[in-house]
Amino acid sequence: MLDWLISLWSDPNTRWILLGCMLLGLGSGVIGSFTFLRRESLLGDTLAHAALPGVCIAFMLNEVKSASLFLLGALFAGIAAVLCVSAITRWTKIKSDASMGIVLTFFFGVGTVMLTHIQHSGSGSQSGLDKYLFGQAAAMVTSDVYILMGVSVLLIVAAILLFKEFKLISFDPGFARGIGLPVGILEHTMLILTTVAVAAGIQAVGVVLVAALLITPAAAARYWTDRLPVMLAFAGLFGALSGASGAAISTLGEGIPTGPVTVLVATLLFVLSLLFAPGRGWFSKILRHRNLKSTYAQSAERSALNAAEGGTPK
Amino acid sequence: MMDFWIILTAILVASACSILGCFLILRRMALVGDAISHAVLPGIAIAFLMSGTRDSMWMLLGATAFGLLTVFLIQTLQTSGLQSDASIGIVFTALFAVGVLIISLNAQHIDLDLDCVLFGEIAYVPWDTWTLGGNNMGPRAVWMLGITLAVILLLFGLFYKQFKICAFDPAMAVACGIPVLLFHYLLMGMVSMTAVSSFESVGAILVVGMLIIPAATAYLLTHRLGIMIGLSVAVGIVSAVVGYLISYALDASIAGCIVSVAGILFIFALVLAPKNGLIARLARRRSAAQVV
Repeated sequence: MLDWLISLWSDPNTRWILLGCMLLGLGSGVIGSFTFLRRESLLGDTLAHAALPGVCIAFMLNEVKSASLFLLGALFAGIAAVLCVSAITRWTKIKSDASMGIVLTFFFGVGTVMLTHIQHSGSGSQSGLDKYLFGQAAAMVTSDVYILMGVSVLLIVAAILLFKEFKLISFDPGFARGIGLPVGILEHTMLILTTVAVAAGIQAVGVVLVAALLITPAAAARYWTDRLPVMLAFAGLFGALSGASGAAISTLGEGIPTGPVTVLVATLLFVLSLLFAPGRGWFSKILRHRNLKSTYAQSAERSALNAAEGGTPK
Repeated sequence: MMDFWIILTAILVASACSILGCFLILRRMALVGDAISHAVLPGIAIAFLMSGTRDSMWMLLGATAFGLLTVFLIQTLQTSGLQSDASIGIVFTALFAVGVLIISLNAQHIDLDLDCVLFGEIAYVPWDTWTLGGNNMGPRAVWMLGITLAVILLLFGLFYKQFKICAFDPAMAVACGIPVLLFHYLLMGMVSMTAVSSFESVGAILVVGMLIIPAATAYLLTHRLGIMIGLSVAVGIVSAVVGYLISYALDASIAGCIVSVAGILFIFALVLAPKNGLIARLARRRSAAQVV
């Protein structure tokens, strides 16, 4: 165990990947908390799938694989997808969940057509494009890790700087508008930050699972507290823990993929929070219920006794 | 002959999904369909490991069970107080992660390609045939999808009224004495069965696309459930056929082309729908302005 940890730290490449994944988990946990509170968790899933055509176009234009270009492509495609979702919800009677589903599958379908077109045209350098989509942190090179870390730091700094504004538009957008905050701009800023988190996360955990980086740590953190700063800290911690253990465990064997391990660690943390968190957790709820029951039984017994003795019940 | 089998498979997927999709859209559960179609992966992987073959019956049972488990978990989390979008997201990503992990750890025992899981390879359908007593009975996927479609038609034929009331007004359905929960799980079981039987051949993305897009297109065009189902199936079948032809011309993924065609049909409906379309609305607004 100790040897394994030491070997993780001594290999510079692994160390960087570990740090990158940890920061990524931290950043997306923090941003995910806001989307969680705004009940837009599944937007992450939509953004991740919608990134595919963006990544393909970025590749077709430049014929090289570069993480920063992919990030840009994913960012633009994500913004387009969000605009489509809000257009469909505004102009038709279709609800937001269905419009997310439509945009998600349509973008992904178009992306698949482009991807297969690239693969069949066989330009040689296209191999690895699908690796990017399924996420394999171990396949990242140092420059990818730098980008990942830069993006994560950007997310965390933005969340700290805009903390008060984001807090207001998450809990009470009407009030925020009332006191004169530019709610539209702030909402779009948050969406762009979410898109950035998703676009960066795809490379580490893959298209399908990147939504979990945003949702699961935030949902787990919600069980521990009612205060937003504490929740952000917990979500960041859970995210960082899952990212780091995902990257660390996947070095154990050749065939262990980073993404699923990261997501499963996050899910484990969520289940632990669901069961054992003080106050909102399952066990403490049961305990409280039982205490309440026995207190009530005692007081009922007392008043019954009083009544039997002819006294006035208190 | 090859083309015939591929188009037939696509049409079967499209019809099965389009019918179910109408009810998902009406019950606002479009993304539960998405979740199920991803979460059946561990079921497929485990059935693969246990039976050691591509024996479809086991796969169908195992994965359908996982589909229902997904629905059950989502509902348990929701009743425990977690908001619905987060519970969907947590459950399906966790189950999908389990599936990917099982497949990658047993890569030498399972000949399931992870790329196929998402994108599907419908072009291989005709090669994977089912033999019964030495006779070649045609592609296996066609049989599985045919059976699924038959089950769907049978159940909706028998209980159309009940499903309709549950979709529009669950409270009234309870008051009428309809076992709403049973019908809910029946619907979800059918979605899982469809997801499983089309998973390997056409991929998760085509299933989700066909579940949501044709039904949403039909939803824009009519107010009557019967007509909506008919239109939805029509949109699904047209996208399947046109999508196949386009994929042939472009030499690109068949599933991707089918979903793209369905999306384009949706955009047409969005712009041109007689009552709710953008153009009709603009015209109405203009004429209203003139009256004023």
